[in-house]
Amino acid sequence: MVTVTALEEELRRIAGSVPDPELPVLTLGELGVLRAVHVRGTDAVEVELTPTYTGCPALEAMSLDIERVLHQHGMREVVVRTVLTPAWSTDDISAEGRRKLREFGIAPPRIRHPQASGPVAVELSPTRTVAGSPAPGDPVRCPYCGSAETELLSRFSSTACKALRRCLDCREPFDHFKEL
Amino acid sequence: MTVTVRTGAVLALGDDALVLSHRLGEWAGHAPVLEEEVALANIALDLLGQARVLLSLAGDEDELAYLREERAFRNLQLVEQPNGDFAHTIARQLYFSTYQRLLYAQLAAGDSEFTGLAAKAVKEVAYHQDHAEQWTLRLGDGTDLSHERMRRACEALWRFTGEMFQPVEGVDVDWAGMKATWLETVGDVLRRATLEVPEGPQSGAWTAGAGRQGLHTESFGRMLAEMQHLHRSHPGASW
Repeated sequence: MVTVTALEEELRRIAGSVPDPELPVLTLGELGVLRAVHVRGTDAVEVELTPTYTGCPALEAMSLDIERVLHQHGMREVVVRTVLTPAWSTDDISAEGRRKLREFGIAPPRIRHPQASGPVAVELSPTRTVAGSPAPGDPVRCPYCGSAETELLSRFSSTACKALRRCLDCREPFDHFKEL
Repeated sequence: MTVTVRTGAVLALGDDALVLSHRLGEWAGHAPVLEEEVALANIALDLLGQARVLLSLAGDEDELAYLREERAFRNLQLVEQPNGDFAHTIARQLYFSTYQRLLYAQLAAGDSEFTGLAAKAVKEVAYHQDHAEQWTLRLGDGTDLSHERMRRACEALWRFTGEMFQPVEGVDVDWAGMKATWLETVGDVLRRATLEVPEGPQSGAWTAGAGRQGLHTESFGRMLAEMQHLHRSHPGASW
């Protein structure tokens, strides 16, 4: 049984408050990539961080930022370890994180079907979602006007974790944090 | 170069990802539309991430990527094939992403040192496969010209597909079952794209395939020369 000390909880809160380098509206805690904080001795700490995508280039910046804030908090030695298991999923983004994404103009990922924990739970096609459509899953809603009638422009957008869509009502293009 | 079973397995998977990542990166600045430029670069980035994790299991990732000679690479000949026109790149993506998704799904369900990475990467590769499938449908079932180019590309690369199912020692999956599922999946996409499954054997004495043994096609040397040039010219360079 692993017990989490008050210090570890505090350090986790501090590390978790670091903003994501690419989506600064979100913290690492809200993104769900901070897996654990272990205090080793009096002033050494080990942090477990998981990447969103295997090739995520932001991982190094995240590690450096975590090291910096924990050093500032009096930790002499900070080791950030990358862990792959269990694989990160967009379901790990907190409710507050989803709200902030939408506010920022990015459609948040839909919650994947709970029992579908297999390799891929989302049906990736069709490209268009409309209210009440027979397609599986919820529609991707426009973060600007809330319309459910949106269409996919490209499966890959400004970063690997996003797809580019367009709202069929207000005609605004927008990023969608795609389900993983 | 003699390598252990474990290293050979790691290099087979890692080199596939690394080499295809580099090929897709070559599209940067040349893709037909901006969205595709971004898509291909993102797929390349996913593959590079896999390659870094995998090669690190076998040694120093930079040394392995930048300082090995051509004969020490264990990637499939399919992934080193030149980008060709856009249809060739899409056909290569369709063949390889379908294979990699099946391979990773099996590895993710197993219990080996590849399990963690495979469980993560299989979700990313699903998007690669979907991307390739959508383009195959659009080009195959498109204009006369796009259909003809897609047909030509699928046929040209077909002879490189048999090699994917040569069992790799140390990679514990059902290779024969994977091949059957691959043929079914790719065949279904091609038919829906109004294309035919290419004729001719996927493997045999006169077909391609010895990449896993370190034998590569002519263009691979030129690709490596470009990929390794900076590191070899300026050892230890950083920015």
